[in-house]
Amino acid sequence: MKKKFKLIDLDCANCAAKMEDAIKKIDGVTDASVSFMTQKMMIEADDAVFDQVVEEAVKCIAKVEPDCKVVL
Amino acid sequence: MDRLTKKQKKDLARIVISLIMFFALMIAEHTGLIPHAHSGNPAVIAAYLVPYFLAGYDVIRKCLLGIAHGQMFDESFLMTLATVGAFGCGELEEAVAVMLFYQVGEFFQGYAVGKSRGAIADLMSIAPDFANREAEDGSIEVIDPDDIEAGDILIIKPGEKIPADSTVIEGEGLVNTSALTGESMPRAVQAGEQVISGCINGDNLLRVRADKSYDDSTVMQILEMVENAASKKSVTENFITRFAKYYTPAVVIGAVILAFIPPLISGNFTGEFGKWVLRACTFLVISCPCALVISVPLAFFGGIGAASKKGVLVKGSNYLEMMAAIDTLVSDKTGTLTEGRFRVSSVTAAGGYTEEEVLKYAAAAEAGSSHPIAAAIADACSDKFPISEIKDEENFAGKGIRAEVNGRSVLVGNRGLLADKGIELPDADAGGTCCYVAIDGIFAGVIVVSDMPKAEAKQAVSDILSSGVRKIVMLTGDSESAAKSIAEELGLSEYRSELLPQDKVFIVEELIKEAGNGEDPKRKLGFIGDGINDAPVLSRADVGIAMGSLGSDAAIEAADVVIMDDNLMRIPAVIRIARKTIGISKANIAFALFVKFACLVLGAAGIANMWAAVFADVGVAVICILNSMRMITSKGM
Repeated sequence: MKKKFKLIDLDCANCAAKMEDAIKKIDGVTDASVSFMTQKMMIEADDAVFDQVVEEAVKCIAKVEPDCKVVL
Repeated sequence: MDRLTKKQKKDLARIVISLIMFFALMIAEHTGLIPHAHSGNPAVIAAYLVPYFLAGYDVIRKCLLGIAHGQMFDESFLMTLATVGAFGCGELEEAVAVMLFYQVGEFFQGYAVGKSRGAIADLMSIAPDFANREAEDGSIEVIDPDDIEAGDILIIKPGEKIPADSTVIEGEGLVNTSALTGESMPRAVQAGEQVISGCINGDNLLRVRADKSYDDSTVMQILEMVENAASKKSVTENFITRFAKYYTPAVVIGAVILAFIPPLISGNFTGEFGKWVLRACTFLVISCPCALVISVPLAFFGGIGAASKKGVLVKGSNYLEMMAAIDTLVSDKTGTLTEGRFRVSSVTAAGGYTEEEVLKYAAAAEAGSSHPIAAAIADACSDKFPISEIKDEENFAGKGIRAEVNGRSVLVGNRGLLADKGIELPDADAGGTCCYVAIDGIFAGVIVVSDMPKAEAKQAVSDILSSGVRKIVMLTGDSESAAKSIAEELGLSEYRSELLPQDKVFIVEELIKEAGNGEDPKRKLGFIGDGINDAPVLSRADVGIAMGSLGSDAAIEAADVVIMDDNLMRIPAVIRIARKTIGISKANIAFALFVKFACLVLGAAGIANMWAAVFADVGVAVICILNSMRMITSKGM
């Protein structure tokens, strides 16, 4: 499954790159991208674990940039 | 400053108040109202801490959270470390100034990025906001475009956007396709014709039936593609990302070395240490790669946005980069360089047949073919055989056709086909595409069909060549003489004629090897086609460009660069946009690296102070962003 999420207050381009790296390393993720320009995150992961993956991804984002919110 | 978000307004207020406090302190100090900052007076230190915390509390908070999460090396950490270091060394003014100007820079950076994001969103404002659906009882309700289902009856009022790809049931009028195609001439539509989502209805009411849901409509496909384009990164962007990964740790290690090694060597730890720590802090300020990490993708994003304004979709930054590096452009002839509408220009009869008879038999033999030449012959023939007289059709792909017409065997095709069948032909080969006709194995005549080059083709060819493309090669299945006359008319130096579809892929592969004469592997090959019957070639070329693709899903799917209308002038325009994008991103990289390295060297030597370092960090970032924004705001490209 592939899904897009909007990110609010993603303030730094380098952080976006870090988030992307971290999300790609989550188990079950086949592809992910965090776009600073469009303020969007795309996650492609196995259907079975998708919800867990999203949860993990939200944690990853909070770690890199605590002020950045994911619109679920 | 009308696009400020709540957070930005709050930040701005904070920065302004801290700035005022900071300058008040400076004035008070210089006029002798309060003790000097270096005096170590606790009241003075406390006074400086107020604007410091006011300006930078969020940075410090982020830094602490970062440490708690094990994500140390970010900007906040470096800024906090640098300013705390400066405080520790008694440089109160510098510490506050660095934090303040860092925040000012961050603010401008955020503002500039937000503005350019807005500018791109405006460019892409093709998405409809609502749709009017007609219920079965004739009442009309306003719905979200997402709720449109195929088969719904929609009412489009004058000036409204067409919400989904649909067919007109009632009404006629002009629709403005410029947001999708860049074409300023409105398109006339009437009942039975298709309209495409994202176009703007003219002055008449249209009643339409949705052919597709909103998600499957052209407008969504385009928006998705532009958004996804940012994820297909160019070589330049990948370089920057990799560079950023090593740059920050390297500078931090450099700073640590700078703080400890010189005092250790000189042995004068107590006296020298503070000075070197301060220099190390300067290092830390410069160590963020943000200027590059933001401005390079921004330039590409702007380039893709500028292209889409021209009705050209570039599917990724990497393709934009390749467009700028095109060495050889290979083009299909029919329908790409030419109108694709053939006309019979002359008929020569032989073997006792009249010209009308030759046309009549040829038209009958070609009756089942959808080839444009067949259509031209059918158009020219006024007196046709009934369909019942035509049977046993046999197609020779790329060569011709054979059929049984009125009991006689008719063979229509190129010279090669008739020669293969052992038919004797006259020598002469007129300009244009010759269709040789043989009836019962005997040569009966030649029909010459020709195709006009597009009006703008000649100008486009010369513009493409002057924009840095080394050569243009035309490929065609057409006869040598037809290819030659078009090539001469357009000023093309090279062409290959009489090709079968599979030959094209082979030739493109050969030309890819030749591109840049094998010396420069960065030089690319582009292919222009209509995207419908040359999908294999489009995907084989480094950059596949499909033309006239509005409404054609297959073409949009197969190509890397999609030109919505069929105007050839879009190609030199996109090449120019691509080159400008590359130019801007290279200038940014060179400028940012130069200033940063100069500051690092001067900082290590103690010449550049922290103020210079703050400029090297946020100042450079703002300048690079402004430079990238030229891509979005520039007119007349």
